[in-house]
Amino acid sequence: MANILQIKHLGKKFGANEVLRDINFSVSKGEVVCIIGASGSGKSTLLRCINLLEYPTSGDILYHGQNILEQNISNAVYRAKMGMVFQQFNLFNNLTVLDNCVVGQIKVLKRNKEEARKTAMEYLEMVGMSQFINAKPTQISGGQKQRVAIARALSMEPEALLFDEPTSALDPEMVGEVLKVMKDLAKSGLTMLVVTHEMGFARDVANRVVFMDDGVIAEEDVPEVIFNNPTNDRTRAFLKRILEG
Amino acid sequence: MSADASFFQWVAFIWEQNWPLFLRGAGNTLLIALTGTIIGFIIGIIIGVIRTIPVDHNTTTLKKGILKVVDILLLCYIEVFRGTPMMVQAMVVFYGIAMVYGIHLNPIPAGIVIVSINTGAYMAEIVRGGILSIDKGQFEAAHAIGMTHAQTMTSIILPQAIRNILPATSNEFVINIKDTCVLSVISITELFFNSKSAAGANFRYFETFLITCIIYLIMTFTVTRILRWWEKKLDGPSVYTIHGSQTVPEAQFRIVDGGKLHG
Repeated sequence: MANILQIKHLGKKFGANEVLRDINFSVSKGEVVCIIGASGSGKSTLLRCINLLEYPTSGDILYHGQNILEQNISNAVYRAKMGMVFQQFNLFNNLTVLDNCVVGQIKVLKRNKEEARKTAMEYLEMVGMSQFINAKPTQISGGQKQRVAIARALSMEPEALLFDEPTSALDPEMVGEVLKVMKDLAKSGLTMLVVTHEMGFARDVANRVVFMDDGVIAEEDVPEVIFNNPTNDRTRAFLKRILEG
Repeated sequence: MSADASFFQWVAFIWEQNWPLFLRGAGNTLLIALTGTIIGFIIGIIIGVIRTIPVDHNTTTLKKGILKVVDILLLCYIEVFRGTPMMVQAMVVFYGIAMVYGIHLNPIPAGIVIVSINTGAYMAEIVRGGILSIDKGQFEAAHAIGMTHAQTMTSIILPQAIRNILPATSNEFVINIKDTCVLSVISITELFFNSKSAAGANFRYFETFLITCIIYLIMTFTVTRILRWWEKKLDGPSVYTIHGSQTVPEAQFRIVDGGKLHG
């Protein structure tokens, strides 16, 4: 399988604070990779570095073998290929549900209005939000917002979708509806990179689980091994805390 | 008019004698205040946008330098025009240009220029505050789908920032309606100047300026209501329509905030 993304020796410092150290891993087409770990272990920062919302201090990010940290590929073009779903949804508050999914297609992909609308409707239908296209983000629930955010990212028809703790800001009863959409997406063969605290999702859906601890990748393996037979003590301690917690 | 005429008779008399003067003055006041506020608003948006251009790892040293210089110039403009009285600015601009360039500006365009640059200085800071108050997540979401900074500003951030600063803009408008009276020092025939002319003809200052007062109040009150109505309109409907399925187009529901269904 071809690597979409390859991350080499990636590091990130905020001033003197070293948040990521020597991160190496890759994502292949169609793979679902879950990143787990305690708060402050650098999971979200890693994801934000991959989308260049944070700029890495060292290392390389190869996208189809091309280093995106060199200036020869535009950040905008690359970002449009890497969809992002945020913990806080970040729907555009001035636009309706439909326009949230249309604006990027028109501005970035230069699609015409009709085509953009059609694509948006298709994905809104898929996440079960096609009835709410006229609503403003303030008028819908958290779970609904996150489903729209997923549809917005999909409308750009990205190569991979990055999820930054997509269910962490949701009320418990709304977590299920979002996870269901994500499971469907995984089944459809979409490449996904998911930072999550939902161990059930990681166990059932991921092809590979990356455990991060204190800014480094402590362990990386298939979910069966990570959850049943972790080799790293810190992985064991973390899972014990979280599963029995 | 006899000497023992009552207060209200005087007021009525002064209005009858001078109403074209009052109305022309009010018209000029509104013209200068409205045009000045609109141009000032535009100046404010341009400066606010320039001063919030992000500097990151991609910014070249040249661009950083230019931004720094522009920022300092804009800051000077803001500080000078916020830190001096408009009345003094009017004198300096009006007589200064006449002396240095030998150009004698028409008073009304001169007034519009002065009010515009004065309002621009205030609006620049209001707009900057409005942009900074928008949640960082809105920028990030726009960048994450590949929008450039310019696209993010025009499609996502400015519409929200402008909505948020409308109350402050209304405030500026009301202040401008009142403060154009200081432009009487450069002989602009706005409401205050014309009231003085009217009062000078009959020496009834109290009665004359009571009329002036009422006209100012009517103008500011009306403007405030209109802008409030406009703000509400911009917020859009508080209800939204459920989009019916393709097969059952009559399936339309209206949802009120709070999620109650109405057939």
